[in-house]
Parts: sequence; C-alpha cells; structure tokens
Amino acid sequence: MAGPNAVLQPALSRPRRARGRLFALVRFVVMLATTLLGLLAMTFFIGRVIPVDPVLAVVGDRASAQVVERTRIEMGLDRPLIEQFGIYVARVAQGELGQSVLTSRPVLDDIFRVFPATLELATYGTLIGVLFGVPLGVMAAVRRGGLIDQLVRVVGLLGYSIPIFWLGLLALLLFYAKLGWVSGPGRIDVVFEYTFTPLTGIYSLDALLRGDWSAFANIVSHLALPSALLGYFSLAYISRMTRSFMLHELSQEYIVAARAKGLPERTIIWRHALRNAAVPLVTVIALSYAGLLEGSVLTETVFSWPGLGLYITNALANADMNAVLGGTVVIGAIFIGLNLLSDLLYRTLDPRTRRR
Amino acid sequence: MNEHATPALANSTAQVPRSRGQARLRRYKELWSSFSSNRLALVGLSIILALIAIALLADLIAPYSPTTGGLGQRLLPPSTAHWLGTDDQGRDILSRLIHGARPTLMVVSLVMILAAPVGLLVGTVAGYAGGWVDAVLMRITDIFLAFPKLILALAFVAALGPGIQNAVIAIAITSWPPYARIARAETLSVRDCDYVAAVRLMGASPLRIVLRHVMPLCLASLIVRVTLDMAGIILTAAGLGFLGLGAQPPMAEWGAMIASGRRFILDQWWVAAAPGVAILIVSLGFNLLGDGLRDALDPRGERE
Repeated sequence: MAGPNAVLQPALSRPRRARGRLFALVRFVVMLATTLLGLLAMTFFIGRVIPVDPVLAVVGDRASAQVVERTRIEMGLDRPLIEQFGIYVARVAQGELGQSVLTSRPVLDDIFRVFPATLELATYGTLIGVLFGVPLGVMAAVRRGGLIDQLVRVVGLLGYSIPIFWLGLLALLLFYAKLGWVSGPGRIDVVFEYTFTPLTGIYSLDALLRGDWSAFANIVSHLALPSALLGYFSLAYISRMTRSFMLHELSQEYIVAARAKGLPERTIIWRHALRNAAVPLVTVIALSYAGLLEGSVLTETVFSWPGLGLYITNALANADMNAVLGGTVVIGAIFIGLNLLSDLLYRTLDPRTRRR
Repeated sequence: MNEHATPALANSTAQVPRSRGQARLRRYKELWSSFSSNRLALVGLSIILALIAIALLADLIAPYSPTTGGLGQRLLPPSTAHWLGTDDQGRDILSRLIHGARPTLMVVSLVMILAAPVGLLVGTVAGYAGGWVDAVLMRITDIFLAFPKLILALAFVAALGPGIQNAVIAIAITSWPPYARIARAETLSVRDCDYVAAVRLMGASPLRIVLRHVMPLCLASLIVRVTLDMAGIILTAAGLGFLGLGAQPPMAEWGAMIASGRRFILDQWWVAAAPGVAILIVSLGFNLLGDGLRDALDPRGERE
C-alpha cells in the first residue's frame, strides 16, 4: 500500500516539474474515466445481463404482451448489447438513474436527499479516527514494544476482526437501552420533527446555523454512538498505518543527523518524522474515509440512520433494482474518486514522486 | 526467498542436504520453528484447526438439531441444558453456532479457491510477459481494485438472488485484484534471475517457466495475503448474512443469526451476542495466523 519506491532525484528545473504535475493530472483523469466506465460496465452487467428478463422486473408479470413489447423497445432491449451499454452510460452521465419503485421518485433525487446523512456520519468517524489514531500511532512507533504499542496492536487486531453491525447492536444495548447515556436509533428525536427544519441535510451543522441548541444537543447524542463506532474502525486502521510509516521514517538517516545536531526529541518526532510520514498518511486517511462511506450500509442498518446505506438495503429488501444500482453507482463513483484522488495527492504532495 | 536462505545454509555447511526432499524438509522445519516461536500465531492456528474440526464433526458434537426446536423452549436463557440458551424458535444456540462453522468455512475456502488462482495467473502472466499484456492486465486489475467491495457484492447478490453460492461469487469477483498485484511484484523480482535465464536457455516455453518456475516463488506472499484477507471475507459474508442476502433460513449462519437475534436484543441479548463472538474469534484466528505466517515467511518485516 505504501507508494512507489521513492528515490531521491536531483532537483528538477521548473518546466520539467510542471510537466510532471500535468502528467499526474492527465493520468488521474484517464484512470478516473476508465475506472468509472468499468464500474458502469459492472452495474450494467448486474442490471441488464444477469436478470433473465429485465422487462419483467419493470412491468411485473401481469402486464399484457403489448405492454411488454413496448417496454422492451423503450428500454432499448431490441438493440445490440454494446449499443445498450452506450445508451446506459449516456443516461447515467446525464444523472438519469431511473425511477425508484419504492418511492416512485427519480433515484438521483432520493440519493441527494439521503446522502448528507451518510456524509455526516463518515466525516465524524474519520475525524475521530484521525484525532486519536495519528497520535496513538506516533507514540506506538516511538516506544516500540511499549504499552501504547501493545494497545495499538490490540485495537488494530480487534478492529480487523469484529463485525461492525454486531458491535453496533451491543453498543446500542449498553449505552442506549441499559445506561441511557445516548439517544437511540435515528438522527433526531420525533419531538423536533416540526420545530427543526434542515438546511444542508447535515443536521449537526444545520442546528448550529439556526442556533437551535436543544436540537443540537439531541442531534449530537444521536450521532455519538454511530460515529464513535465508525471512528473506532477508522482509528484501528489509521493508527496501525501511522505506526508503520513512523517506524520507517525514524530509521532514516536524516533522523540521526537531526539527533546529532542536538534537536530535542519532540521536534524530531513531530516536526521532522511525522511531516515526512504525513504524505502516505494522507492517502491512508482518504482510503479510510472511502471505506467508511461504503461501510455505512451495515452501520446505517443497525442505527436506522436514514442515509444512502439504509436506502440501498431498503431497496434490496423490496427488489427495487433501479435504486440498488443507482446507489451502487453513486457510492462506487465516490469511492473510486477518493481512491484515485489519494493516489494523485501522493504523487503531488511528495516532492520525490513529482516526476517519474 | 533466496536471500534469507543463504545464512541458514552457511550455518549448516556441515550437513548439506543430500537430496531435494531433504532440503525441502529442512526448510519446512525452519519455517515451523520460526512460526511456532510466535505464541499468538499458534493461537490463531489452533482456532482455525478447531473451526475445521467443528465444521467436519458438527453432526456429532452438536447436542441438539440446528434447525428444529420446541416452541415451548423459546428464548431460554443459558442453562445447563442449553449452554448458550435458545433462539426465538426454541432452537439450541450452541448447536446452531456449531453448524454455522460450515457455511463460514465454505465461504472462506470457496473464495480462496476462486480468487487466489485467478489473481496468481493474472499477476504472473502480466509480470512475465511485460509490454502491452502487462499494461492491459494491470489496468483491469486497477479498475477492479478501486471498486467498493461490499456494495458491489450487495448489488450482485441482489441480481443473482440471495444465497450462499451467490455471496461467494460476489465476494470472489471483487477479491482477486490484490493477489494479482502481489503476484506481479514477485514475478518482476524473479523474472530476470539467472535461474530463469538458465531454464529459458534449456528451451522451456514461457508457459512452463511461469507455471513451474515463477508461480511457486509467488506462493509465499500470496498465502500470507490470502490468510490476512480471510478475516475480511468472513466479515463481508457475515454482513451479507446480516442483511438477509447470504445463507437462507433455516440454515444456521452466524450473520443471519445476529440479524434474527436483533429483535430480542433488549431482553434476550445472548441470542445476538453469541454468534458475534463466534465471528470475532474466527476472524481473529485468521488475522493472528496471517500475522504469524508473514513474520515467518517474510523476515524483511512489516511490508504494509
């Protein structure tokens, strides 16, 4: 997962460096385009090729023969597969993801409505993961084999082994049902339904913008458990990666040079080593953010959190294929975007990889 | 692989292996001694062996039937008769956990059988052939690598219909790319070795070189990665089961058991808690085993 072998290169002249950056950008765009096309090929395959009769999925089995035939032509199913794929790509590019059977609204509208909830949760989760994970990882690397190192190891192992939905259920049972420390499933209590009107859809931000403090307190107590849960998984990953990046940096010669110069250990660790470890770390954080967006499917089901994950699972339960595939395309596109963006960041942030 | 074999050989020049078999045996012994010095790795290995034994002997060990229960015995708390209590249909939870080892083991081994060879083949061919073959194959690998695993598995199962075979296919489709990457990296490092050149001079076809002389050297890293991935595969499969897309009732599957216990979590928490512990133990086992294998097979230390 660590990037390409970074070899120190002689200082480059300005135009060559600019060309390197342009190359990275072109590479990013090409990768993004082909990967998105691959994703669409996948969803096209799932939606059009696997089902025995896609028309049946749309009109139901009680439609007359004429309706079936008309729909078949409307859906373009009488054309060659490759042409159908072209039409599909063009439609998705225009934001046309079809109608949801369940809500009888365009899938894209539904997704715009539910996405802020998912974004809010994943953002707080990643924030928790970074705020706790990075310092923990640094301290673990500094005192290798020490108490914090052991802790990071255990946290990491458990984070890679615990089913998230199960931990969520137990956390709900303990902190909501038994102890009553936090609010239960959902984003906000029903009481606030008529007094609180969202602005952006990110409730915690909306409550602040409106200065509604009682709603804010309620929203935070709903947010606490699911974001702590996602934060734990993000922390497990980030702390482990921070540790291994820091171990690598601390074994470098420039650290020895800094020590020989008599710099305080604190400066060496946080200023010199961490700053060099920060480059691969940015990519790890982006990947973890993407992972949380995707992992929202399970967390949102457990916490009845009305986001994109819950939307997809509800659609699944009701055989609403347009909604399932639309959600898959959107989450997939964001996931791919973040993935490739982290690659681009790595290439542009690290001066050693600017030109390859 | 060759680098760290040299010091061991230098130490034991007094007893140079007399045959290929002997050399191989000695290497296994060295591996085992380095592996078994890691206590956590041994714990992991015993967990996996126990899982296999339980899955094979489920019918003999399970005290009750996993699929039929008595309605008079619904949601009983743990007792001497039912060690882990009973679920909402009066079925013994311990027996269901024991039988649940089967689908878990099945998913893991099927995904391994499907995904690892594909990744190995793609990676070694790309690495050995180079040029445009490499470029095309790696481009495809990168595309698959960037896909969100769980969501795509969901969509696949939604189209294919719920069931354990479909869950396996869905997971396998998204899990081969990392193996291709690893196999390619290993291939690139051995491709220009003298022994490969020697084999080529002796007239071996590219196919033979890849199959007999390159692939075996990729296996070590691949096995480590596959073992470490097992935990993730178990978690994904359990997640699909939890969403009702994996094994179908009345089959005992851990993820689905958690989902059905969810309704009673407030009063009968053990119904949902027990299968989660089982998943945790097994994925922990694979993680510990994988860490141990990595340390034993790859002394260069943590590579990630």
